[in-house]
Amino acid sequence: MATVSAAVRRDWLVGYAMVAPVVLGALAFVVLPLGMVVWYSLHEWNVLANTFTFVGAENYGRMAADDGLADALLASLWFSIGLVVLNIVLALLLAVLLNQRLPGTTTFRTFFFSPVVVSLVAWTIVWSFLLQADGGINGFLAVLGVDGPNWLRHETTAMIAVIIVQVFKNVGLNMILFLAALQGVPEELQEAARLDGAGAWRRFRSITLPLISPTILLVSIITIVGSLEVFAQIDVLTGGGPGNSTTVLVYYLYQQAFRFNEFGYASAIAVLLFVIVLVLTLLQWQSRKRWVFHEV
Amino acid sequence: MSAQHTPRRTAVTAAAFGAVLALTACGGGTDAPVGEPDAPAEPVDLRMTVWTADEAQLELFQSIADDYVAENPELVSGVTFETIPFEDYTTSLTTQLAGGNAPDLAWIFESNAPEFVASGALADLRPLLESTEGYALDDIVPSALGLWEDSEGLYAYPFSTSPFAMFVNTDQIAAADQTDPAELVASGGWTFDAARDIAAATAEDSGKQGLVVRDFDYQTWENLATVWSGWAAAPWSEDGTQCTFTEPEMVEAMTWIHDAAFEDGAMPGPGTTADFFAGDAAMTITQISRASALDGSFDWDVVPLPAGPAGQQNVVGQAGIGVFAAGEHPDVAADFLAHFTNPENAEQLAGYFPPPRASLLNAETLAGANPSLSAEQLQAVVVEGVEDAVTKPAHKNFAQLSETVRAELDALWTEDADVEAVLTDTCSAITPLLEE
Repeated sequence: MATVSAAVRRDWLVGYAMVAPVVLGALAFVVLPLGMVVWYSLHEWNVLANTFTFVGAENYGRMAADDGLADALLASLWFSIGLVVLNIVLALLLAVLLNQRLPGTTTFRTFFFSPVVVSLVAWTIVWSFLLQADGGINGFLAVLGVDGPNWLRHETTAMIAVIIVQVFKNVGLNMILFLAALQGVPEELQEAARLDGAGAWRRFRSITLPLISPTILLVSIITIVGSLEVFAQIDVLTGGGPGNSTTVLVYYLYQQAFRFNEFGYASAIAVLLFVIVLVLTLLQWQSRKRWVFHEV
Repeated sequence: MSAQHTPRRTAVTAAAFGAVLALTACGGGTDAPVGEPDAPAEPVDLRMTVWTADEAQLELFQSIADDYVAENPELVSGVTFETIPFEDYTTSLTTQLAGGNAPDLAWIFESNAPEFVASGALADLRPLLESTEGYALDDIVPSALGLWEDSEGLYAYPFSTSPFAMFVNTDQIAAADQTDPAELVASGGWTFDAARDIAAATAEDSGKQGLVVRDFDYQTWENLATVWSGWAAAPWSEDGTQCTFTEPEMVEAMTWIHDAAFEDGAMPGPGTTADFFAGDAAMTITQISRASALDGSFDWDVVPLPAGPAGQQNVVGQAGIGVFAAGEHPDVAADFLAHFTNPENAEQLAGYFPPPRASLLNAETLAGANPSLSAEQLQAVVVEGVEDAVTKPAHKNFAQLSETVRAELDALWTEDADVEAVLTDTCSAITPLLEE
């Protein structure tokens, strides 16, 4: 490499100085704690007795025999499938509808986006009242002559309720992302296809979908990662119940650490969660070459 | 967005938990007894965590603390009482411990007592309290100390031994033409069945709720001990090693509770909130210390817990104040505790918390500070309520037991539940935890 002039070096210095706060912050508050979680996961840590004993991979071995963890993984799987499918389909549907040039679309956009900016806990608490046995939803159903279930007290309806509360909370964000992508689809392509006799569904499938596929990739990554991080909704709505039906992985982790004081084991579960998210994201990233338009 | 961002996103989540952990200093615990404090280089600030947010109670604590600070300026510069909400109290407390931020003193629930005592987290107070002049440790009723002792050590002062009682909205009951529970108490007919019938009839008349076991909410199942004790039932054996949920008396008690909620409409079902003190229910089982929540908007009475098939059984909830061995100044904290709970201050505290001191357990002392309760009520409910009382369930593995039983009992809280089968499942689930 040729010698670097003093001016270029000074540029580098300024550049490093500019990024230093972010890099140092990330090191101190992201990388270091992450490393410490891995370190803690190799220990048995009893907070009350104030003991911290190195146990090697024992916490990881314990996971294999932990039925509660298996149940939590299964609950997370159901939650993620329900949330991702419902959220993406609904967001895309809303985006397509709101992409029409019709009166009132701005109002509807605002309407669907507003839950995104509402405080998560406030949103969930309001829903917890609506979902009570004698709450607003069953009151509405009763007007229609339907006897609604006690939503949060049955295993199936509790999971469905938690998924729907979360979908309504965040569908607006995905909708806006899809809407931006749809507005980037060139009108002349649509017009050319129309002249060639393609119907609405054919145009959507062969022109719109491929052109917005990068956004679908982005939205599915965000939504899957988000679905694995769900906590507050579970805590407020069901507390993991009934039974353990809505005890998803992060809630299980929270119970182990903050209720049972098993900080070492909880750290091992945090590492497992990290690996799951990493693998899922890498899989999606690898698969993009097969279906994302600009990558094919 | 690129894929590189996603692991970072996860890292942020992990960091949220990690950050708490990262701040920790892991020193070695000790349950060595605390003694007379040496004066620290600088007067220290003490911190006590509590779950009350009642301003009058906090004011009383502060005034007792201010006296101590005035008397011991070389030891203490101030005492702070930090309120942590009741619902998340123990979780928040242990999180503070994990973060290396142990309070100097803390209130502790009776259900967690065995866990805290056995862990060595608390300092042994006995030598200091025994040697403190005028403290009169032997005035404390021995049964009140049981939960807080381990061999020779005493790890907390049971500042509150609060009996559970039945509060009654006499307006609603009279409007429904039901017999006044006080009359039933007098005639010896005050049973759980009578209470259920009155509750169901009153709820039907008022359109509100009948009998509420306060703070149970189909989650905090240990509060049902106030009911099943009338059947002489218990969740596990006295030594804590055997599950007794499947014993006939427990099956019968749980069937009674199930039917009261799902067949008779005497208790609100799951997912229905009803606050007795706001006038939403005819009766509630709760601790006597909640009397301060009554604002005079309706006529009320307070009577002892009804009798079950096994007779009348008093139930008390206890709370202790302990000194954390991992706190910065356990000696000073313990010295403050000895002041905070000495006979003179215990009498002041007795205004809100039924005291463990025999000399104070009489209607006269309690009446001075409980203007809303009559001498008869205090005698019947508090003084006699502490006699031969059982405490709510406690265990050294309580956190896990509590969660596991909660999850299993969820299957009981449906209309067509098979009570015996659910309780059998509960025992299968908790037996390994009891044996740990």
